[in-house]
Amino acid sequence: MKKINTLKAGQEFFLSGTIYTARDQAHKRLVGAINSGKRLPIEIKGAIIYYCGPTQTPRGKIIGSCGPTTSSRMDAFTPLLLAKGLKAVIGKGARSKEVREAIRKYKGVYFVTYAGCGALLTKHVKKAEVAAYGDLGPEAILKLEVKDFPLIVAIDANGGSIYD
Amino acid sequence: MRKIEATKITGAVIGLVRKASFFLRSDVLSALSKAYRAEKNIQAKKILRAILDNAAYARKQKLAICQDTGLPVVFVEIGQDVAVRGDLKEAINKGVREGYRKYHLRDSIVSDPLSRGRSKSPVCVIHMDTTGGEKIKLTILPKGFGCENKSQLRMFKPTANIKEIKDFIVKVVKDAGPDACPPYVIGVGIGGSADYAGIMAKKALLRKISSRNLKLEKDLLRQINKTGTGPMGLGGANTALAVHVQTYPTHIAGLPVSVNISCHALRSASVTL
Repeated sequence: MKKINTLKAGQEFFLSGTIYTARDQAHKRLVGAINSGKRLPIEIKGAIIYYCGPTQTPRGKIIGSCGPTTSSRMDAFTPLLLAKGLKAVIGKGARSKEVREAIRKYKGVYFVTYAGCGALLTKHVKKAEVAAYGDLGPEAILKLEVKDFPLIVAIDANGGSIYD
Repeated sequence: MRKIEATKITGAVIGLVRKASFFLRSDVLSALSKAYRAEKNIQAKKILRAILDNAAYARKQKLAICQDTGLPVVFVEIGQDVAVRGDLKEAINKGVREGYRKYHLRDSIVSDPLSRGRSKSPVCVIHMDTTGGEKIKLTILPKGFGCENKSQLRMFKPTANIKEIKDFIVKVVKDAGPDACPPYVIGVGIGGSADYAGIMAKKALLRKISSRNLKLEKDLLRQINKTGTGPMGLGGANTALAVHVQTYPTHIAGLPVSVNISCHALRSASVTL
């Protein structure tokens, strides 16, 4: 985990380990819980969040199609999560200035992965289970075990960005 | 007058849901292959390769091409000499619901846009049109919202020149940047009313991608690809695969221009009953 702080914008990286899916409504709840002093349903310190809401899991498969969703919709929530120890986020597309600054300040990383390639990315998911907010359906937080999940560093811990 | 059972419509829609979600349109595949062969930027080429591999894997594994299986938009062209026995709209909605359930697609629909509540009976967007004869043509376009969110309408003055209009269209695409999954297909509706321009822009996405294009479309494509956004916004010569423009008579006081962006996973399927 230490290693990802040293990555540079533009570099490819293959991630193996645990990541959590979370998108719009899950972010709203996480930040709401922090703001009202409630305990979070997942350990945010050191966590990696993947902006993803997969399709339902077909019979006999580990997960359904599971590509990234547009990151900028999570911009308003990301700085607070980084302040609480979130290590990295994975999504697609550009981020706000505030997110970039927070990534630099808290030494986080923003990765992008192959957008619109949700079928192909299922190959890299070895385990998937609901971790929180199951009532949100496709927006529930899932805990995923991934292997060699293909990423590109979009914003690095020094604030370097591929979108410059 | 020919009669057709509503259950037949439902069955056809279920088939269209499957076809559109698992099998990328052959014209889109060809355009992506062409872009892959022509692309010189190494990273862009690699991304285009992944997009093509994704389509092949989805087809083989019966997985959704993209996890955003969209807001299903259904176009109906109903012949004037055919009568549906039963509720046509409900038959379509039922087909969408059953198809999405059967093929494990994502139910991305909230029943109330403000409370964001979920419904057990989600509905799709249906556009009805009449035509001659006794056939019914059904077309489904499951529209992902990463790209739908980047669509725009501008009501130009009737004295606006073509350059202003072109610049607006190119700017809409440029502003979408990497967020809406380039390379895009751009649908443009010019004329009509605010609502009709929007429908034309969406319908323009259904047109088969080919080399037969209007000069305006070719010019726009060239300008858009000059922006250098490229696949995933990481640079390259392929920001868009095609630009399709539809026009319609309009009012002396106005000039509506609507731009509807599709991601590279432009999915649609049709059947005639």
